[in-house]
Amino acid sequence: MTSFYQTPEPAGFAGIRSWLITFDHKRIALLYLFSILFWFLLAVTLGGLIRLELMFPGKTVLSAQMYNSVFTLHGVIMIFLFIIPALPAVFGNFFLPIHIGAEDVYFPRLNLLSWYLYMAGGIVAIVSLFSDGFPDTGWTFYVPFSISTNTNVSTAVFAAFILGFSSMLTGLNFITTIHKMRAKTMGWLQLPLFTWSLYATAWVQLLATPVITITLVLVVVERFFNVGLFDPARGGDPILYQHLFWMYSHPAVYIMILPGMGVISEIIPVSARKSIFGYKAIVASSLAIAIAGSLVWAHHMYTSGMSETAVFVFSLLTFVVAIPSAIKVFSWVATLYKGAIEMTPPLLFSLCFIYLFSVGGLTGLVLGAAGANIHVHDTHFVVAHFHFTMFGGTGFAFFAALHYWWPKMFGKMYDFKKAYIAAILVTAGFMLHYVPMFVLGLQGMPRRYYDYLPQYAAGNFFAGFGALCMIAGIGLMMVNLLASLTRERTAGTDDPWGGVTLEWTIPSPPPLHNFDKDPEVMDYPYDFTKVVAAGSGAASMDSETGK
Amino acid sequence: MTDIINPVALVDRSFYFIIGFSFVFLFAITLVMIYFVIRYRRSRHPKPADIRGNWKLETAWIFIPTLIALAMFVSGWQAYTGLRNVPEGALEVDVIAQSFSWIFIYPTGKETENELQVPVNTPVKLNITSMDVIHSLYIPAFRVKVDAVNGLTTYAWFLPETIGEYFLQCTEFCGVGHADMTGVVRVVSEDAFEEWVEEDDGW
Repeated sequence: MTSFYQTPEPAGFAGIRSWLITFDHKRIALLYLFSILFWFLLAVTLGGLIRLELMFPGKTVLSAQMYNSVFTLHGVIMIFLFIIPALPAVFGNFFLPIHIGAEDVYFPRLNLLSWYLYMAGGIVAIVSLFSDGFPDTGWTFYVPFSISTNTNVSTAVFAAFILGFSSMLTGLNFITTIHKMRAKTMGWLQLPLFTWSLYATAWVQLLATPVITITLVLVVVERFFNVGLFDPARGGDPILYQHLFWMYSHPAVYIMILPGMGVISEIIPVSARKSIFGYKAIVASSLAIAIAGSLVWAHHMYTSGMSETAVFVFSLLTFVVAIPSAIKVFSWVATLYKGAIEMTPPLLFSLCFIYLFSVGGLTGLVLGAAGANIHVHDTHFVVAHFHFTMFGGTGFAFFAALHYWWPKMFGKMYDFKKAYIAAILVTAGFMLHYVPMFVLGLQGMPRRYYDYLPQYAAGNFFAGFGALCMIAGIGLMMVNLLASLTRERTAGTDDPWGGVTLEWTIPSPPPLHNFDKDPEVMDYPYDFTKVVAAGSGAASMDSETGK
Repeated sequence: MTDIINPVALVDRSFYFIIGFSFVFLFAITLVMIYFVIRYRRSRHPKPADIRGNWKLETAWIFIPTLIALAMFVSGWQAYTGLRNVPEGALEVDVIAQSFSWIFIYPTGKETENELQVPVNTPVKLNITSMDVIHSLYIPAFRVKVDAVNGLTTYAWFLPETIGEYFLQCTEFCGVGHADMTGVVRVVSEDAFEEWVEEDDGW
């Protein structure tokens, strides 16, 4: 059967150009995949530069001004161009329609427009680098500093503005698709959990993103017209900016993590050949995270000078939002109980995810507690905490998703042994990289410091060393995955893991029209009785050992 | 001065309470996870059970963590109120942040830059504001941190109980000199402080 790679090309649009005008959700997903990988690797390099600079006291590889721009750029790229779009735009676009038995998303043209907006945003960010210097404000763009600095804040803010539209339109598309395009026999409680997590995410994208869009416009207005919205001398309030900023940016962390949780909820049951434990509880917790997560933004602001009542309320709500995340962790581990577990690269990444995300979540409790927060706020403790959740969480879920769906997207299998070595290298490097930062934070080392007091030298040295291990692991992983593309198509990639969701019922790579006959929807989405009856340990089709 | 509770103790208690629970939880969940993966590996356990949920277990793991989380919230809130309620008779020092240094103004009118000198065993209240962008005053030894905002006066207090030198830093990113915006807190005897604060050093 011909796959979507062999789509007939319209006249005058041969080769790559046929991809640039495609409405096929699968092709758009791959456009996103390679553009997102580019940004990810660029931001990893920038992160490596930061750690290299901090590895030894004093000036080493960057000047102070460069350092400030590099950490800002690292944050802006990682947040707006990698973590927010990574899972929804790549794997959501590719698999959401297939998961619900649909031909495509509801608005295919809008989908392509979202990708163009994404690319435009990225290009504007790059342009700002080469004009007046990239902003040195941090990705948070706090006023009044972002208004008074001479660097090119307006262009960078405009890039984030465009990227916001891309994110919103993707969210809108997913919500509509899930409501209108489900296979006739598929009810809400037959949706795969990855789709559920995208549904919850899409609502947050749609409702919270306008807030940051408006806020960024206000910053630009201030820079050009100097209205005084945030200037207390003229009746404005700088803390207002922080509220507006976090009103989006805290819900945004759930935009980042929810799809990752969805990926893990797919991989764990398939690896264990056992139904997910507590399907409804996981669905409910996704929705609860989306709702409660939108009401905790000011826990970033305990030291800002806001009222003590606000601190009380936001601290309390923060502890409430911890519960649904805990429920998910318990459910994943309970799913493993009495399963028939086969170790595969996606499972190894998923287990690392559970561990690293738990560390991130638990240290978040320290930050949520009003008094304990004061000491570690804006220190390296916070840096370590959010890298554990965002990188150990979403990043590792992205790696897991890459290894899980790679054979489906390309019809080719990567080398297992190299994938395991990469996973171990990345995880070990990760721990050595970020654990010392917890200690540094408790010792009082602030974040965004170009240089530091002598007592912080040891921790920074170890962190730098860990960063190098981690980057080596990421490099190995990418080489291993991309090398598989040069091979012949691997046999047996239609369903290498024994999955039960609809993407595993169609060929790899999928045909242009996803389903040639109406998909057969199961009453319960994680019923493995047929897979178990068929019996084979299919994932032994590692490209090296077996075919 | 023994009747004043030093909030450092409250903050640390809250921290150890939360991190202690977290270690136990993390250790348990990781151990169980690894045990399951080894015990129920497919080569040894090829026939999976069909378990889709258990409402008793699920209810338990909603309610028990909720109670623990609420206890953590309370410990954090107690520490926070300790940091906010300034005891009577505190020495008041005005703090003005600017890019990139700290100015301290004492009741006698004496001013210092990047050096805060205080008498031992006397609560110190800092009234903080900024001349330009947002800065944040951080004295790790006393668990004190509060933003310095132009047009707004914020405060913090601490109780220095041991004579010695401590360091203070800026923790709200403020530009190219952010990392250099550090200073010392010198805790001296009451007599030495009295003498120092009265002397005219040419400011």
